Amino acid sequence: MHQLLRTRVNDFAVKLANVNGTGSASANGLLMQAIFRMGIPVSGKNLFPSNIQGLPTWYEIRVNKDGHTARALDYDLIVAMNSQTYARDVREVREGGYILYDSSWPLDKSLIRDDVTYLGVPLAELCNDHFKEPRERILMKNIAYAGAMIAALDVDMEIVRQLLDEKYSSKKALRESNLRALSLGYDYAKKHFQCPLPFFLEKMDTTSDKILIDGNTATALGCVYAGATVAAWYPITPSTSVMDAFRGFCDQYRRDPETGKNNCLIIQAEDELSAIGMVIGAAWTGARSFTSTSGPGISLMGELLGLAYYAEIPAVVMDIQRVGPSTGMPTRTQQGDIMACAYASHGDTKHILLFPSNPAECFEFAVKSFDLAERFQTPVFMLSDLDIGMNDWVVPRLTWDDAYQPDRGRVLDLGQLEKLSKFLRYTNEDENHIASRTLPGVHSNGAFFTRGSGHNRLGAYTESPDEYQDVVERLLRKHKAAAKFVPAPVIQKRDRARIGIVTLGGCDPAVREAIDLLPQRGIEADFMRIRGFPFSEDVEAFLNEHDVNFIVEQNRDAQLRSLLVLETDVAKSKLRSILAFGGFPLSAKNVTDGILEQVGELTHAIDR
Amino acid sequence: MPSIAKPVAIHPSLQKNVLGLTMRDYEGAMSTLCAGCGHDSVTAAIVRALWELATPPHMLAKMSGIGCSSKTPTYFVSGAHGFNSAHGRMAAIATGANAANRELTYIGISGDGDSLSIGLGHMCHAIRRNVKMLYIIENNGVYGLTKGQFSASADVGSKSKRGEPNRMAPIDPVALGLSLGATFIARSFSGDKEQLVPILKAGLAHRGFALVDVISPCVTFNDHVGSTKSYLHTRKHTRRVTESDFVPPATEILATIGQSGTTTVTMHDGSVVRFTGVPKDYDPTNRQRVTSYLQEHQGQGEVVTGLLYLDESVPDLHEMSNSPDQALSKVPYDKLCPGAAELAKLQEEYR
Repeated sequence: MHQLLRTRVNDFAVKLANVNGTGSASANGLLMQAIFRMGIPVSGKNLFPSNIQGLPTWYEIRVNKDGHTARALDYDLIVAMNSQTYARDVREVREGGYILYDSSWPLDKSLIRDDVTYLGVPLAELCNDHFKEPRERILMKNIAYAGAMIAALDVDMEIVRQLLDEKYSSKKALRESNLRALSLGYDYAKKHFQCPLPFFLEKMDTTSDKILIDGNTATALGCVYAGATVAAWYPITPSTSVMDAFRGFCDQYRRDPETGKNNCLIIQAEDELSAIGMVIGAAWTGARSFTSTSGPGISLMGELLGLAYYAEIPAVVMDIQRVGPSTGMPTRTQQGDIMACAYASHGDTKHILLFPSNPAECFEFAVKSFDLAERFQTPVFMLSDLDIGMNDWVVPRLTWDDAYQPDRGRVLDLGQLEKLSKFLRYTNEDENHIASRTLPGVHSNGAFFTRGSGHNRLGAYTESPDEYQDVVERLLRKHKAAAKFVPAPVIQKRDRARIGIVTLGGCDPAVREAIDLLPQRGIEADFMRIRGFPFSEDVEAFLNEHDVNFIVEQNRDAQLRSLLVLETDVAKSKLRSILAFGGFPLSAKNVTDGILEQVGELTHAIDR
Repeated sequence: MPSIAKPVAIHPSLQKNVLGLTMRDYEGAMSTLCAGCGHDSVTAAIVRALWELATPPHMLAKMSGIGCSSKTPTYFVSGAHGFNSAHGRMAAIATGANAANRELTYIGISGDGDSLSIGLGHMCHAIRRNVKMLYIIENNGVYGLTKGQFSASADVGSKSKRGEPNRMAPIDPVALGLSLGATFIARSFSGDKEQLVPILKAGLAHRGFALVDVISPCVTFNDHVGSTKSYLHTRKHTRRVTESDFVPPATEILATIGQSGTTTVTMHDGSVVRFTGVPKDYDPTNRQRVTSYLQEHQGQGEVVTGLLYLDESVPDLHEMSNSPDQALSKVPYDKLCPGAAELAKLQEEYR
């Protein structure tokens, strides 16, 4: 069988099929981290169920020396640890690939393929022989298969040992049992299989300036660095770990050394309506405040997001998107909230959106969200998603400029208020159509009534058509002005490319890989990743420059494309869609297949 | 609470508080509510309470939702910031505002639609969090702005203007507050300023969430025969069960004994609530006793009023969260940002 696969170094994909709640995550994470420490470009995607224990869960590791680490759809090795999904897992391994399974029990004949190699390791037997406690036997089975994989793929054992030392520095017994389980699998594989397999690892030096972090942790860290002090939220997958991480960082960094008090207040709200209400209330009295949520939360927040928009109160919403509509698939990824966020709430509303593509941008854009929300006195949404938020990504080390000062926007201070005879809330607009605001508790001269009901530029209640329109037209001008302040699109051009490929968020690595693959198929394409809404002139210029633009996104209704149609003057016929929205992270194959098919259709149409 | 425009000139004989401000300085815009609305009387009581307490106008935050009641923050203290937010969401917004700046005095004005239907959850959780604020429900049993639908506080059998009786059990904010662990619970009547003013003052001095349910009749939609929230019915069935007054800090407490004995409760800020008249079997600091007393009297068709329950021992949201004494919004940025060196160090954990 070995001849079927030519030898490949640092270029393969592994899929691990597990049962949820059996402790497989730590074994899978250990492998991923060890490969990262070996300096090799790697990604790990956790495809997990909305369940605590018992349902199937998968973990995919892709290693690619050229840095293409989007989800692969061809698996060289499947670790089949879940008998419920054996049939499907066996089907998914590529021709000539390998299947590692627990040979404590015989494999059903129907699962035998003659074009793959089976690596049977009696994991249960080995663990039952070496561990006493039932729970430990289950947990250690995972570490044992990790041991077998270390042998099969040539993972650096020294690095693995080092990782276990770090992880269990204060739990010696656990360290010992992990090492024991690791050796069980490792020794068995070395003795029974030809190790390494034809695809294996060799140390590189591509990750020394990088970190391995998930987007939700990076988002929380961004909120800490931005100086957020009030956070209100309602638990919802996949955003919960944003607030868990924020709490952790606040414990670490926000305990005042002199007073012992916490320089932050995190409130677990009764629902998302309340969470956004608290955020708005806190911003109204002058704090940097935020909430983290997902699609269903965005729907519930709609009402008050309109209030914040109309009354011009800053608010930061971290939307970690999942599959909708309704409850949808809470543990699957999608970019399905673009339209819901862009126009959240009833009436004429438009919001500022930021689209990070990986955890490093989550950190950077989280800070940016607060600056924009306060400068433009309006809600700002950062649209991350489950793939970015909950998977570990290899990204450049985060950097910070100590000269940074928060942009608090136009807030009148005591000195300015003392000189003022009468404060009129929505007058005195600057070049970006932003009026000055005041905070309670500073001076009576700044007092005014904040209201979501009709108001004129003076801030007074109105039902007059002219006075009403005056205010909402300025809001539109203000929104447009924000285009210059959102992060610019990332654009990469090739010679003479007539095709543009446009994407956003976590589609980035798959689309980049596709752009590298397409020339082999005779297609040269330019790349643009949109990072903010309202769209800047650069976005529109790129779309106009190309005969056709493929908009790659993860939702059914082509929401980014729809937004481009609505909010730019680009001809609709120039914008075509590549959509993948089943809930798993995007793969380059989704993009190349879609483009080849559509280019074929286009050429065919021209030929006729 | 002027319902007619008054001259701007302030007569020199008007009494001033310790800040040198007159009652006029605590007034707001002209009321646009119906003539005779109970809410305007509540506004008048708020103006007096704030003037007597000498609250600096700019340190007050007036919070409301949507409804007739929620319009009233416009009618008092025009020198304070106000927030007329969204229907039912005031408690949530006030919680956030308080979280960011605990130095302000918060008054939330709500109604029975705002608090007992669309915003019931938010109010319940603000009670649980013991957010330090005075929370007034101007309770009239009816939706005014949408013209006369029953609210959740309408009593069984109470009749609408058209004569239809309400059949669903009411939500009683006092009973609800008692069951949720509210730390300050009062009920009063908009027509009883003598009782209401000291209750409001005590509520403003309270350590946490002060729930004040004020029966405030709606003259337009719920003041007819057959309504249990009319002026006539309320006057007839109200029973002032506790008599209390409020003594600010550093004031000599003169000993006067009420009819049934005196209980004093020292507030967190050093002021004192003195109960000058409570029934013999009534202890305003005993939740169980208060609950059974109220149930008993409610069964007899009485609307029991007074400062009914008070507990100064429970920490508020900030105390529970160990947040700083000053407003979080005022913590300097250099205390909030860990800086570049720390970021570099932290990232060693993500290798």
